[in-house]
Amino acid sequence: MADLTTDFLGITSPNPFWLASAPPTDKEYNVRRAFEAGWGGVVWKTLGAEGPPVVNVNGPRYGVIHGADRRVLGINNIELITDRPLETNLEEMARVKADYPDRALIASIMVPCDEASWKAILPRVAETGCDGIELNFGCPHGMSERGMGSAVGQVPEYIEMVTRWCKQYYDKPVIVKLTPNITDIRKPATAAKNGGADAVSLINTINSITSVDLDNFAPEPTIDGKGSHGGYCGPAVKPIALSMVSEIARNADTHGLPISGIGGVTTWRDAAEFMVLGCGNVQVCTAAMTYGFKIVEEMKRGLSQWMDEKGYRSTSEFIGKAVPNVTDWQYLNLNYVTKAKIDQDACIKCGRCYAACEDTSHQAIWMKEGRVFEVNDAECVACNLCIDVCPVEDCITMERMEAGSTDPRTGKTVSDDYANWTTHPNNPMAKAAE
Amino acid sequence: MTSPQTPGIQSGRLSQDQLARNFEDLHAPYDPHEAAVAADRCYFCHDAPCVTACPTEIDIPLFIRQIATGQPEAAAKTIFEQNILGGMCARVCPTETLCEEACVRETAEGKPVEIGRLQRYSTDALMARQGHPFDRAAETGKRVAVVGAGPAGLACAHRLAMKGHAVTIYEARPRPGGLNEYGIAAYKTVDGFAAREVDWLMGIGGITIEYGSTLGVEVTLEGLRENFDAVFLGVGLAGVNLLELEGGEKAGVEDAVRFIADLRQSEDLAALPVGRNVVVIGGGMTAVDAAVQSKLLGAENVTLAYRRSREEMPASGFEQDLAASKGVRLMFNVMPVAMHGNGAVREIELEYTALVDGKLQGTGETMRLPADQVFRAIGQTLAPVEGLDLDGRKLKVTETGRTSLAGVWAGGDCTPGEDLTVVAVAEGRDAAEDIHATLMATAG
Repeated sequence: MADLTTDFLGITSPNPFWLASAPPTDKEYNVRRAFEAGWGGVVWKTLGAEGPPVVNVNGPRYGVIHGADRRVLGINNIELITDRPLETNLEEMARVKADYPDRALIASIMVPCDEASWKAILPRVAETGCDGIELNFGCPHGMSERGMGSAVGQVPEYIEMVTRWCKQYYDKPVIVKLTPNITDIRKPATAAKNGGADAVSLINTINSITSVDLDNFAPEPTIDGKGSHGGYCGPAVKPIALSMVSEIARNADTHGLPISGIGGVTTWRDAAEFMVLGCGNVQVCTAAMTYGFKIVEEMKRGLSQWMDEKGYRSTSEFIGKAVPNVTDWQYLNLNYVTKAKIDQDACIKCGRCYAACEDTSHQAIWMKEGRVFEVNDAECVACNLCIDVCPVEDCITMERMEAGSTDPRTGKTVSDDYANWTTHPNNPMAKAAE
Repeated sequence: MTSPQTPGIQSGRLSQDQLARNFEDLHAPYDPHEAAVAADRCYFCHDAPCVTACPTEIDIPLFIRQIATGQPEAAAKTIFEQNILGGMCARVCPTETLCEEACVRETAEGKPVEIGRLQRYSTDALMARQGHPFDRAAETGKRVAVVGAGPAGLACAHRLAMKGHAVTIYEARPRPGGLNEYGIAAYKTVDGFAAREVDWLMGIGGITIEYGSTLGVEVTLEGLRENFDAVFLGVGLAGVNLLELEGGEKAGVEDAVRFIADLRQSEDLAALPVGRNVVVIGGGMTAVDAAVQSKLLGAENVTLAYRRSREEMPASGFEQDLAASKGVRLMFNVMPVAMHGNGAVREIELEYTALVDGKLQGTGETMRLPADQVFRAIGQTLAPVEGLDLDGRKLKVTETGRTSLAGVWAGGDCTPGEDLTVVAVAEGRDAAEDIHATLMATAG
């Protein structure tokens, strides 16, 4: 079995699977169980400033999106940071770290946006012996109304300022956790880097209302007839997270800045995808909340099996491997011409491809006598929708046209030269080819 | 050319094509899409009831999730860690009374996750592509004798070999596998799977098999104890129970296990004789296997006669339905009282039974069925092993398989517990762990 040991910012953990700062990591009992189940690291539930802790609602704090068969696709939450006293959390963290020296333990922190507050808490966190801190600039509900969480994460200047304080008053790695509730994720990432952050972690949860009660006309989860937007997470948010991670990984200003990937990691494959897009490790929450801590076993075995198959001996050998292949639309090869092809032996004749293409795409599929579906190459733009809606794996495939053949749709000869929009004659900004 | 209607015990009742169709795989293997859909139904239960129900305690939710995440071979490794004969168990386990009965979706919908078929999908995937998935530890210098190359002996030998011990298996028959090779319906393990599985299992290294070595004949327990550091007995049940009744010795009255073994070893099913009117006496899996296979070979009428009620029948509901769907007539509350015929059996006389004050008794009313072949499937018995204490009619053992004799362990059908392949595997494996712990303790 491949070795999953991961070094992230000099913090080693037996595997790259950390539990994110979230409800599962709110106390010693849970964290010990998590380590016993095999998690490589834990980011402790966010600590607040000394004094009376925050309070949570006493009604439901989670909403859910179900797929068929009540598969949990996404959860949103309106839980705040830890509602237990700072001292209690710190004592527990110190005990846990002492008992599990080989696991990563990170303190998540959210205190008011002034230097004194950060200066006060950092030394106390340091005393626990934890391996680093994560600045919670992400939570989109509750705390943001008080000028913390995503309210900081949405202002790059604040991110840079607070990060700088943390680097000044704390001598171990500082990870800045970013909110996705922003237009351009590169800006807060750049600010974090400028402030001296050792890494960023993303994404935190997304502003969301999971559903509306149509009898009471109130958003879910409903507290006494009212609801508030919560933070959305789970498998449903993974595509958004992957994109944001890739933007930071390939952006010139932030390229090389270590990233801890978060957002819907449920299986080994999800983790591998985040890691090849530049993440040094991943953080998980919803999968654990849905299936329990034991779910990490599949992630570990699966990633290890994949590494064995690929011949990787260490996670460092594939981290970031897909980053060079993420590009801008304008650089995509316009001479790459493909056509859909339907395998008549595999086709079960449901007609979904036909409905999708005929009604919503390019009328490029014929429905012939006996429910035979065939592609009309003269109309097919290779949009992929037929493949996306086909219930049978590999029944419809995209076949690249050979160079020298004629595309019946455009009448043009297919070339195997690379040519993109920047040089296309239709582009008014096109630079003439040399 | 014979046909199902040809009187007597005859071969060639069906065409080769028909025979081939009759004896094909009982459950076709899943294709990847079917496996994905089936795996998707698993809820990944906490402290899952299916695992508790599995005698080898395979981590079922984990392996199913590994299938769901596209890694059937990693799933297979999860299975083989607990049950090295997971491929055979996927085929022959009565899952309807084990893991699938316990599945929460059985409770919810009456349709469990199809654990057995998923297990077969993943174990087939690994065995088709990889060599042996485990590495053998460094040689310990310890030698262990295993008697019997059936499921218990093989599981024990594999675990011991994996831990670095040198294992010699003594097997009475000419081929390995025990009941996997000789005693299970052919349509449950097609294409020589039992033999292929043993070959694959032997890939761990450190195991040799001596064929034609029967305990008490070619080898003795005393001799093995002298020459090896430990002995494991997985000798199964070599004897069969006889029918003591009038005419029970007539030609055509045979043991079901013998018939099944002959069928499994047959190179040409068309050459295998079977009666026109077959009656099988018994109510267990062996009885069902003999009855169904008689029908599939071309017997015109096959009757399975069981002395108790349907509810009490040891063969599961699934097995009963399978027999009925193949055209076997199931009769309950009847027991044989005599065989009639001049030399060879022509008729069987059955008496109806009833429970009177909790005791099964004949009612006095009898009936006769035409029968030119009668199979006894009323249980097998332990061939005595000298020097070992018994627990009822089987070898007395502790939880980890220790017999009353120091240095001798036992498991499988020769010890108490359900006579299932999966139980034998668990017992062989656990005995191996105990043997290993014992040998290493004395070595240290």
